[in-house]
Amino acid sequence: MNKFSISQLYLYYDNFCALTDINIDIEDKNITAFIGPSGCGKSTFLKTLNRMNDLVDGCKVTGEVLLDGTNIYKDVDTNLLRKRVGMVFQKPNPFPMSVYDNIAYGPRAHGVKSKAMLDEIVEKSLQSAAIWDELKDRLRKPALALSGGQQQRICIARAVAVSPEVLLMDEPTSALDPISTSKIEDLVLELKEKYTIIIVTHNMQQAARVSDKTAFFLLGELIEYGNTNDIFSMPTHKKTEGYISGRFG
Amino acid sequence: MASDKGDPGQKSQKFWENFMKTLFFISALTSVIAVFLICIFLFAGGIPAMFKIGLFEFIFGRKWAPNDVPPLFGILPMIMGSIYITGGAIAVGVPTGILTAAYMARLCPQNLYRVLKPAVGVLAGIPSIVYGFFGMVVIVPLVSQVFSANGNTILSASILLGIMILPTVIGISETAIRAVPESYYEGSLALGASNEWSIFFVILPAAKSGILAAVILGVGRAIGETMAVIMVAGGQPRLPNSILDGVRTLTANIVTEMPYAADLHREALIATGVVLFVFILIINLLVALLKRGGN
Repeated sequence: MNKFSISQLYLYYDNFCALTDINIDIEDKNITAFIGPSGCGKSTFLKTLNRMNDLVDGCKVTGEVLLDGTNIYKDVDTNLLRKRVGMVFQKPNPFPMSVYDNIAYGPRAHGVKSKAMLDEIVEKSLQSAAIWDELKDRLRKPALALSGGQQQRICIARAVAVSPEVLLMDEPTSALDPISTSKIEDLVLELKEKYTIIIVTHNMQQAARVSDKTAFFLLGELIEYGNTNDIFSMPTHKKTEGYISGRFG
Repeated sequence: MASDKGDPGQKSQKFWENFMKTLFFISALTSVIAVFLICIFLFAGGIPAMFKIGLFEFIFGRKWAPNDVPPLFGILPMIMGSIYITGGAIAVGVPTGILTAAYMARLCPQNLYRVLKPAVGVLAGIPSIVYGFFGMVVIVPLVSQVFSANGNTILSASILLGIMILPTVIGISETAIRAVPESYYEGSLALGASNEWSIFFVILPAAKSGILAAVILGVGRAIGETMAVIMVAGGQPRLPNSILDGVRTLTANIVTEMPYAADLHREALIATGVVLFVFILIINLLVALLKRGGN
């Protein structure tokens, strides 16, 4: 099953072509990793999938991005799209409010008012982000007082709280220490049961550890896409091999 | 060179250096000295009167009748007048100001911003007598027509002062709103929250200490305003029963009677200034506390 089906995608920042002719299918309930050197367009591509690029002035997208068969650049309300396609950012960005209010924020924005229901969502979301046991007695504490790793898991819980179908993760561990990183990686593997996950990473070991499929980007082009094992053991493209073996990037 | 003690060039250079240092120091001291002197003279002129009248009778006295025999110097009506009008100005100016600031910082198209920003700036520069005049010819007749009453009321003064504090509230709130990290906004949008929801429930709360400072400075502006208030608030020294009553503020009390006051009457007016000054000090203290809390 394909969750996303992207064909002939071009993305321009004013006159600069940041993504060229991207064609890729992303599988449902799977982890797909985007790798490639800085500036290769992988984060830009990630943001086309929930239309966060709309915020960038002068950004223009052509081509087709189908989510469950519907073109998200044509027939979809962006707020509903972003509810379905959640996002976790590179730098943990919990809101300056309590842990509870952070998690309840999304559901509230989508009209959930009942206290009992919010309580349940908060507990469930924190559980699925594997942070409930650490924080259950500190739900009223400000989220910004937590450690970076905890903040990032709060952000994951916050994204999960609106029950998305897809989770986009933009280098979610690049600002974290190794222990927090491994916790997030374990969490990502667990979340795969319920969500389609796309993770952008600079860390090749991370891509190899967590992902089922890997896509390698270079200078705005999708160079190679396939099963992670294949890409890392026998890349078909020379450039992929060069990047993976650390010859550039 | 150090050994050249007698070198006149070096000597004069040293002199200039010290001279400039002293000059800067004196400049820096000027405002501190000014505050200090104002405190001394105000308190020296006002506090004896407070005790002659009786502190309690002065502050909580309900009747101001300096020409009665014996004269009555109760400034409660004026204290309440200042509080009512300031409260009214806050009710009018703060919601409008915060929404304007949010609009200017987050929603407004560039072209409109280029008009809006200078317009708010001009609003800040208009002399208060001009505001007063505007109040007299526009707001007072309007209030009097709508409520078929005398238009010189708390309501008119509140509306006028609400407009007058707008630039303060807008300017500081806008800065505070712009200082909110973009990542909060993006985080909110990424959850599928609408633009407006994100502004109201993430950006404004995140800017709240700055916005509160804006409100408090607005209060300071409103409570100290004199001329415009005199022109639209009626000026009766009595406790008002409704917002359609006329009222006199602390500032108006001083200005209206100072020209002919003498002896204890005059001292009582200075004491009125002391009370006003204490209000302002409290406001400044709140702003300072807020700033410390914000960091």
